[in-house]
Amino acid sequence: MRTTFQTSYLQDVRLFPDVRRAIRYAALVALAAALPLVLDDFLLGEATNVLIWAVAGMGLMVLTGHAGQASLGHAAFLAVGCYANAILMERVDLPFVASFLAAGAITGLAGVLIAIPALRLHGIYLAIATLALSMLTEDIIVLAEPWTGGVTGLVAPDITIAGAQVDRYGSPDLFYWLCLVVALIVTLGYRNVLRTPLGRAFVAIRDSEISAQAMGVNVAVTKACAFGLSCMVTGWAGALMGHFIYTFNHEVFTVIISIQLLVMIVIGGLGSIQGAYWGALVLVGIPQVINIARDGAQAALGSSIVIPGIETGLFMAILILFILFEPRGIHGRLEKWKVYVELFPFCRRDMFRRQKSYLKTERMR
Amino acid sequence: MEILQLIVSGLANGCIYGLIALGFALIYKAAEQVNFAQGDLMMFGAFVALGLTNDSHLGLPFWVACIGAVTAMAVLGWLLERSVLRRVFGQSQIAVVILTIAFGFLLRIAAGLIWGHDPLTLESPIAGVNQHFGGLVLGLDELTVIAVTLVLTAILFGFFSRTKLGIAMQASSQNQLAAYYMGIPVKRIHGLTWALAGAIAAVAGILFASKGSIDPNTGLLGIKAFAAAVIGGFGSLPGALAGGLIVGLIEPFAARYVASGYSQIAPYAMLILVLLIRPHGLFAQIHAKKV
Repeated sequence: MRTTFQTSYLQDVRLFPDVRRAIRYAALVALAAALPLVLDDFLLGEATNVLIWAVAGMGLMVLTGHAGQASLGHAAFLAVGCYANAILMERVDLPFVASFLAAGAITGLAGVLIAIPALRLHGIYLAIATLALSMLTEDIIVLAEPWTGGVTGLVAPDITIAGAQVDRYGSPDLFYWLCLVVALIVTLGYRNVLRTPLGRAFVAIRDSEISAQAMGVNVAVTKACAFGLSCMVTGWAGALMGHFIYTFNHEVFTVIISIQLLVMIVIGGLGSIQGAYWGALVLVGIPQVINIARDGAQAALGSSIVIPGIETGLFMAILILFILFEPRGIHGRLEKWKVYVELFPFCRRDMFRRQKSYLKTERMR
Repeated sequence: MEILQLIVSGLANGCIYGLIALGFALIYKAAEQVNFAQGDLMMFGAFVALGLTNDSHLGLPFWVACIGAVTAMAVLGWLLERSVLRRVFGQSQIAVVILTIAFGFLLRIAAGLIWGHDPLTLESPIAGVNQHFGGLVLGLDELTVIAVTLVLTAILFGFFSRTKLGIAMQASSQNQLAAYYMGIPVKRIHGLTWALAGAIAAVAGILFASKGSIDPNTGLLGIKAFAAAVIGGFGSLPGALAGGLIVGLIEPFAARYVASGYSQIAPYAMLILVLLIRPHGLFAQIHAKKV
């Protein structure tokens, strides 16, 4: 194991713990930026999809992974971001960059507004309230027809940045780079928030609200901040998603999307930025893997096998296996392998054993 | 008269919600777990009964099919607890929530594979028979639903407050460790609880399928029933029934007197309202948070 020699406290909060890691991430970014040169248009579209889901995943990760507030309603905020962006571009005629930022701000504000009453709810009740919110979204979009186009929906307007036409179909590489830039900015911002007092307060209220309060953390303000930040990022993801799927109506942002988003970050690994990316990779990758398997089966058997809902089924089965055998997700598994390799042959089974715990209720009868 | 008719159909619908909500409340009360798959269990129970009794399938007599479906679902519930949920015993509630959501999806896909995605109707003796009381037309199915729900709630309420097993169930949810010390086999109790919830889901499913057609997506009704359970106060059995009735009554009235688009919204709006005013439901069971 590599131990860094600490010479100042500032080293604790550095962006990268050591130079090696900085170089590794720089190489990853360079690789991601070079992808349009190697991939064809279809795969590039899938890569773009991964980035958009990763941004949405990071949005939920702040709230669920770091601040410990489970939300089953983030599709609602995706919808707010998506529609706000499209409406601002169409009606107010804002350029994309301005409307994109404004869509994030609007969604963040909506999140804070939701957070204020939701502050009274804990754990499971919060999840239920956000679930109700998610159920309402679909109907509200239909009812708000003058703005949202109701059942017919809206078409994402064209993006023009600095004279260049950015279109998912016309110029997929430009759209990919746009998503990559957004994902990078969000990742950097996320990493930086975690290094601030606010980020540490998030983790404190996740681990124990009461002890956080005793340490002088203002729980209400911190939770509201977590909601605001989370929804802002989710709103951006929604805006990008709108441009990615091109036309959208009330049927896009269903409660299933909310569940998928939560499931995605659980598979990726709660409480880690990398987890959002891993989860997005799995979510987007599964249908592709199934397609390949289906083609293979068709070639081998001579008849096509179509099982409706197999994508979701496989996704959920993977989820069940992860919760049972690796609750810390893909990221946690990789970390464990890393420790195993670094300590070889001194790694013991007990190093990662979960502590036995028992539940108590707050009910009185 | 029209209002009375609306009330009766609302009550019958509300009883179905109440029955599903009863399953939620039961598991929460006895195992401190939240089962998001209850709606899908109900759907699956209905399909099992349908597969046993319909002429196009096995064609068994209706009552045999009912008993068969209830038994099968009880076994399924027990197996689910035994094989999956026992492994996350003592961990946070969110783990169980996510697990049951995933399990619900799997049930939906399994039902689609076995019985197809087209809506099917259960051939039951109580479907489509109408009783006339003055100008009021009541379906026998609606009356049966209301009666069965009331009886079942009363039995369960008595079970939890009077019998030794019911009290052991409550104890094992209130403090798992203390219950262990008192000699209660907490894990076995959890298994029993899930079996009971599965059986109730089957009853709800049979009643629901007698009132109309079912398809694999019927399980999404569970979310509305979930709203009902929370409105009533999670973990309270009479509360679950009351919540179900409230949701069932709001819907037809919102559709009749506001606008049809709003009847979908009404239950969830009500849920959010209740969560804001009385965060722990109408029949709240939490009085003060202990450190």
